[in-house]
Formats: sequence, C-alpha cells, structure tokens
Amino acid sequence: MLKTLRKIGSIGLVSEPPPAPDELLRLRRTLDTRITEVLGRALCIRHVDAGSCNGCELEIVALNNPLYNLEGCNIRFVASPRHADVLLVTGPVTANMEAALKRVYDAMPDPKLVVALGDCGCTGGIFGERGASRGRVSNVIPVDVAIPGCPPRPARILQGLLTAISAGVATSER
Amino acid sequence: MPMRRWWNRAQALAGAPSLRGLSVRAEDWLQAARDVAAAGSRLLSLWGSGESRDTDCAAVYAAYLTDLGVLILQLAIEREAGGAAGGYPGLEEVFPAASRMQRAAFDISGVRSSDPDRRPWLRHGQDYDFVRVDGEGVHEIAVGPVHAGTIEPGHFRFSVVGEKVLRLEERLGYTHKGVEQRFTELPILQAHRLAARVCGDSTVAYSWAYCQALEGMSGCAVPERAAWLRAAFLELERVANHLGDLGALGNDAGFAFGLTQFSRLKEALLRAMSAALGQRYLLDAIAPGGTTVDLSTQAARALANTVRNVSEEATELRAIYDEHSGVRDRFSGAGRLAPELASRLGVLGLVGRASGQPLDARVDLPCAPYTELGISKVVQSGGDVAARVAVRFDELAVSARLLERIFEGLPSGEHIARVEPPADGAFGAGLIEGWRGPVLVALEAGPGGSIRRCHPHDPSWQNWPAIEHAIIGNIVADFPLINKSFNLAYSGVDL
Repeated sequence: MLKTLRKIGSIGLVSEPPPAPDELLRLRRTLDTRITEVLGRALCIRHVDAGSCNGCELEIVALNNPLYNLEGCNIRFVASPRHADVLLVTGPVTANMEAALKRVYDAMPDPKLVVALGDCGCTGGIFGERGASRGRVSNVIPVDVAIPGCPPRPARILQGLLTAISAGVATSER
Repeated sequence: MPMRRWWNRAQALAGAPSLRGLSVRAEDWLQAARDVAAAGSRLLSLWGSGESRDTDCAAVYAAYLTDLGVLILQLAIEREAGGAAGGYPGLEEVFPAASRMQRAAFDISGVRSSDPDRRPWLRHGQDYDFVRVDGEGVHEIAVGPVHAGTIEPGHFRFSVVGEKVLRLEERLGYTHKGVEQRFTELPILQAHRLAARVCGDSTVAYSWAYCQALEGMSGCAVPERAAWLRAAFLELERVANHLGDLGALGNDAGFAFGLTQFSRLKEALLRAMSAALGQRYLLDAIAPGGTTVDLSTQAARALANTVRNVSEEATELRAIYDEHSGVRDRFSGAGRLAPELASRLGVLGLVGRASGQPLDARVDLPCAPYTELGISKVVQSGGDVAARVAVRFDELAVSARLLERIFEGLPSGEHIARVEPPADGAFGAGLIEGWRGPVLVALEAGPGGSIRRCHPHDPSWQNWPAIEHAIIGNIVADFPLINKSFNLAYSGVDL
C-alpha cells in the first residue's frame, strides 16, 4: 500500500490541456447552437467498432490515459447507447456489422451526433467500398464530424469530439 | 510414415527460414496430418483458394509448425459438375483448431471439408445455430457484437447456472471485410500497406511477414540495418501491447491504479516512438526491401532511454501487483488452461507460453537478426490469468534488454533495397513472432506484379477456442478479466 501511495505521490499530475475545436472537421450541423452550449458541458460517448483493424481503438483507449484527461473535459464513454449523446464509429462498416450499427444509432435518444473516426470511417480507407465492406460510415448512418487519420492521434480525436459539441460558428449566422 | 519423410520429400520455399512445400494427393492429406501430429507438430494455418482470379483450379493448404521448420502441404481439389469446388478430408479429429479455419475457407474460397460442422463462419446473414445446453436452472446470456467497452465486435453465448459458466460459444466474423479478396486487387509491391492493416495492434508483425515472403520470392537481399530496425520495431510493438494489457488487466481486477500507471508508461513509449520514428504505431514503417524510416544515433539513444525507464517502472509496478492481495486473488486460478489441454488444442504464442508450451519463432525458427541476437524463452506452466500476466512482465523485460542490444549494435548502411516484382506463380510465406504469437503470411504472385492469393494468419485462430475451455467453471463476472488475459484478435481472424 505504501509503495502504491508513494508512486502516486511521486508521479503527480500529468494531464495536459485540451486542444481547441477545429471547424474543418465538421461535415454538417445537426444541433441548434443553444443546445450544443448546454450539451457541451457534459458528454457521453458510445463507441462502435463497425469493422476496424483495431488501430483506431488503440488511440481511443489512449484518450483515457491520464495525459489526455478525457473525463477532465467532461467527456466519458458509456456502456449503453441509451445513455449516449455521441456515437463514435470506427472502421469501414462491414456487411456483418451494418445491422448492429443501425440498431445502436436507433437506440440513441435525440438529439444525437455521429462522429466517424479514422480513414476507413471517413472514406472506406484501404478496404474500399465493395463486397463485404460497405465502406464509409456515412453510407450507413448520417455523420456530423469526420476525423481522418490512420489512426488519428488522440489529441486529434479529442479535437474532433470537442468540435462536434462546440457551438462553433453556425452556418446560418454567417 | 514418419513426419521426416514428408519433410524430405518437400521442396524449399521462399521467405521464412526452414520453409518447405509439398503437393499431396487426397489420400495422403489426412495421413500427413496424422504423421505431423504424431511428431508433436502444430497446425499453423489452413486456407483455401478457388474463388479468386484463377477460377479453374481450387486448392486447400495446410501449414505445419514442425521441429524442422514450416511445412506447407497443398491439395488440389477437383471441381464438381456445375463448377462448384469439391470436398477434401477434414482435419478436425487431428487438429481441433482446423474446424473454424475450414469453415472460413469454405466461406472465402468455396472449398468444403468433410468435417460435420458446416455452419458459416465469416458469412453471416442467416440465423446461427448455437449449441444449446439443457437442464434445470440453465439459462443463456448473449453478449455482443457491440460491447460495453472499447473493444472489437464479437458475440459470446454463455450457458450458465447461477453465476457459473457451463459453456461458452464464440461467434466471430463481424469485422470480416474481404481482406483476402482485397489483396488480389492491389499490386504486390504495395500490398504491404494492407498487410499492415489486417490487425492494427500487430502491424509490424504482419507487414514484416508479408515483406519476408515477398523479398524471398523476388530474391531481394534485405540490408542488415533494415533487419535490425525491423526487430526493433517488432520488440517496441511487443512492449507497447504488453504495457497496455498489464494496465487493463489490473483495471479488470478492480485496481484502477494499474491502468493509470501502465497507460501513462505506454503513452511515454508511443511518444518516444513518434519522436524517433515519426509514428506511434509504425503502420507503414516496413516496406518491401527494408524500412521506410531510419533511426539516427541520437534518436536511438533517446528511444533507448525511454525503453529503459519504462522497463524499470514496470518492474516497480510488478512488485505492487504481486503484493496486492486483491489483485492476486483475482489473477490466481482464474481461466486456467492446463498444459495438456493447451497442447491438445494446439495453442500458440503468449497464451501457449503461459500454459507450458515453449514455442517462440524468434528462437525456434529465427530470421535475421534474431539468429545473431540470441534470446531467452519465457515459459510459465500455471495456465491461469496470473501466468499470462507473468509471461507479459517477463517478456517485457526480455524485449527491453533486447532493444538495448539492438540500439547499441545497429549496423550501418542502407535501410532499404530495391525490390522487383516476383515472377508469375511464385509462392512463398513469411513467419514472424508477433506479440500474440506467430503470424504467417502466405503469398502467391500473379502476372505483371499482381497477387493471385494472399492469406494472412493470426495465432488467435488457434487460441480463441481455448477461451471456451478456460472459462468453464468460472463465474460470468470473471469473463472480462479472462478474455483480456488472452487479448485475442478479432479483425486479424475475421479477415
């Protein structure tokens, strides 16, 4: 026990400040800015691997390490789609995961946001869009924010998530 | 006849060291498997060909891991009237792990084994006939494909009484995205990028195995420096994955401190890799002919320092895990896979080494630079979660020492050589001991620098059925911990 406490004391706080949102990642705006202002204060994410190689998952898991301090940004992953505001989808959507992905999307309460993660989720990536692979996530469910990369770095993922929930500059206000 | 006779009849193949191939007749297919099994050898992989570009010939292949090397047997399959591929004798009675590989080979290539289980494995879309357990108080718990955490999709069907698991049946294939078909659409000199994405956490092992096969087939001599760099990448991948697993295992045992500390160490390593090599996971660091990135003396020194610090801290954390009564209680005896059963099931890699199966391709069939480096095998015989944790701690320390030697002894010279596409019909295979176990990539060249057939094989094929045995008698609540201690690939086997 003493060793554990000593270790905690010697390491101290290692968390880093979060990045600023990046409007370039946004594909469409679903939510009224007033709602995002409220939602943006606490966010629940449901992640679905729709056919990924497990590369993006490594970086999603890394987001939970103490350096990125995800929960410090009021974002957390939840076990049920019923509790989620954001659906985070990785991989090209496989034929075998298409129905499951749609069911998760339908199970989420409105208003809801969808974030496609990684080159495969954004374009189908190296696996393409034919046969067993349905390709990009937006071929199956509507997508709000797309974060490319193979895999995107954790800070970039965090930036994409913050963009999804930030008020940003609404197109209608321009 | 003894296994050696098959070996002596076979001809050398390009790629991995001690690799031979032999074409056999239908009546010899099963006998050869029995002889190989009698010699204590393992089934490494089984795959088919038939529904690709070359539709007039179908075949099934079996790769065996023997004391002498890797032996690949090929059985040509005649077509039935109407063009459907015919059958071949199934190997399930000799090698239980063959069952799912045969079902997948049918789904992908249309070649059918004679074994009784004919349920589709990769092709979903119809109701799946799970084996039902009857009896008073027995009920089923169905989990997945979407899970509560950030893990890959798969379905688990538990039959339980109270909290005790009577039976577990796995249903995988959810991430099946047509990888083998996709290989045939890519130029052979570029498909290492797809190999690197068959299983993202083992990207170095897959891309190296692919390049090893290709380079052997084209007669390309890989520069010594490139081989050493590849070994550095492979060991970094092993250390990074073991760090991640050790943290997650502590967390699954209710010790969040472990997750916090190990994930911090993993991040430190990934950042050092990114600073030295420009990538956190080395997805495209290996290319035909060598490596795409080089390592400067200064960067090697910085990376070596991080590895040393991470390894020292991991040793410190190991003492904390060992002394924590709650963690010990959860790890000890959970999900035990006895050595005899592991041997019968043909379990490979890390999971095998935790159940007394001393197989490690880096020692048994070493390629350069492992031939010069020398490495000690890590083996435990407990077969429980504690043993799989101990193997990870031990391997982490071995890899850290190995990395130190690699960084010190890195030969000078070029890090990539020119590769020409292999001749039409050339066949070869690569074998690399990834962090999970041996990764095999079998490659056949087509005309004009194309690929006729490529089969990547993950050791998880052999190890998934072992979880179904290891969980029996444990409580459902221990499944996440036991499953994590195996940490098998989904994408790597779904293809």
